[in-house]
Amino acid sequence: MTSTLALEGVTKRFPTGTVAVREVSLALEPGDFVTVVGPSGCGKSTLLRLASGLESVTGGSIDVRAAATSYVFQDATLLEWRSALRNVELVGELRRIPKDERRRRAQEALDLVGLTGFETQHPRQLSGGMRMRVSLARALVADPDLALFDEPFGALDEITRLQMQTELQKLFQLKRFAGLFITHSVSEAVYLSTRVLVMSGRPGRIVAEIAVPFPYPRPPELRYEPEFAELTGQVSHALGEHS
Amino acid sequence: MTILEAPVTGLPGTPAPPTRRPWWRTALARAVPIVAALAGIAVVWYAVSYLVLPADQRFLLPPPHEAFGSALANPALMGPMLEALARSAGVAMVGLAIAVVLGIGYATVMSQSGWAERILYPYAVILQTIPILALVPLIGIWLGYAFTARVVVCVIIALFPMISNTLFGLQSASPAAHDLFSLNRASRWQRLAKLQFPAAVPSIFTGLRNASGLSVIGVIVADFYFQQGAPGIGGLLRTYTLRLQMEALLTAVALTALFGVIVFSIFAALDKAVVGRWYGGHTR
Repeated sequence: MTSTLALEGVTKRFPTGTVAVREVSLALEPGDFVTVVGPSGCGKSTLLRLASGLESVTGGSIDVRAAATSYVFQDATLLEWRSALRNVELVGELRRIPKDERRRRAQEALDLVGLTGFETQHPRQLSGGMRMRVSLARALVADPDLALFDEPFGALDEITRLQMQTELQKLFQLKRFAGLFITHSVSEAVYLSTRVLVMSGRPGRIVAEIAVPFPYPRPPELRYEPEFAELTGQVSHALGEHS
Repeated sequence: MTILEAPVTGLPGTPAPPTRRPWWRTALARAVPIVAALAGIAVVWYAVSYLVLPADQRFLLPPPHEAFGSALANPALMGPMLEALARSAGVAMVGLAIAVVLGIGYATVMSQSGWAERILYPYAVILQTIPILALVPLIGIWLGYAFTARVVVCVIIALFPMISNTLFGLQSASPAAHDLFSLNRASRWQRLAKLQFPAAVPSIFTGLRNASGLSVIGVIVADFYFQQGAPGIGGLLRTYTLRLQMEALLTAVALTALFGVIVFSIFAALDKAVVGRWYGGHTR
């Protein structure tokens, strides 16, 4: 099996007895960008924590074949006392990459997300959208084969959110990591992904899988096409039936 | 890719720097309330001296110009008083330094495991809840009545704010930030040095500010009770009280208050300067 990430019948039961995720199977191949939508509290984030190894499964198995995995959090999760560049460099520091190389790679990652010139700014001096860009740069700096996203744009305003979606699918086309993206926005799920998985309310199970055939790069206007509306309709319908 | 947002340099409509208030007006605006408060105290003082107290009891609270005037004009009184103040300041700073090192160390050990915290935290709380005056006689009996004992009193009184603020700071990093370190397989040392400790810096300086004020109280209390060797300012307070030297006593009290205010202000300014820079200079 060549999947970058494979989940087989994964179940997570917390010590309190709550079953967050039940019998979830999914496989991510290189070049897949899979989004998971579901009602709040359905175990989407737990699914991501399991995939990343932050939590361990209580049933089933997880197989990760990635030299590097990165994780983008719900908020930017930057270290406030570090400049933008040093925040991105942190990953290299923790992995003990020599200073010159990690600095060069951090600079490249910042350039990639459009933050050239903001290297020395601290998080408090940046807007919400720019903080999230630093967070994306930090995720990309390790050149991940697998990138996990935990509702990263949920806290952003609508305009910034649409911009970030446009940029993320460009980055995906450029870097071709396998992506697993959690969201509760149906249009975000369809716009970004090659495949949308719909989760039911707790305990979370996958109840529908909808392929998204549009080629990358995707123009922002794609959101107004009838085919796009057709797909968001299907996803919303699946969500409505199982929540 | 284009940059879609401009850097944030201030709120829209904020006036440009050249139109800011000149520094002396800011200083004046800050000084006015302090001067007004001092003037208010002086008015009440004079009123008590001249209107409340009959002339034959005026020695209990001589008016400010007499109290300070006669003491300040008397080098035989002021010389020893300033020397004693300097001695006390030395004890307070040594005590504070020890409290800072011990407090940060103790909190760091506690932050490393839930067990360590559960075992060690109660001792810190006990230290805080026993009134210092209950411990003073014991410290005197065990350690004598000189420099060491005075420093120990300062350490005991200044330690708790250092421990509690440092611990709060070390635990202040978000769960997501800890996840980030876990995902990158950070060692315990890396987590402490690159996440917990930097996150604690603002709290440590808050603790230092509070501990500095307390160490001044500690040294006065210790001086007051431990009279062996050259006296500190607290020791002179006791001597003047016993001899009913009201002018000297009032001057010493005022000096002590001034000393406390200066120490606290220095550490408050340090706190503000360090924390401002910590987050990259100006904040939104």
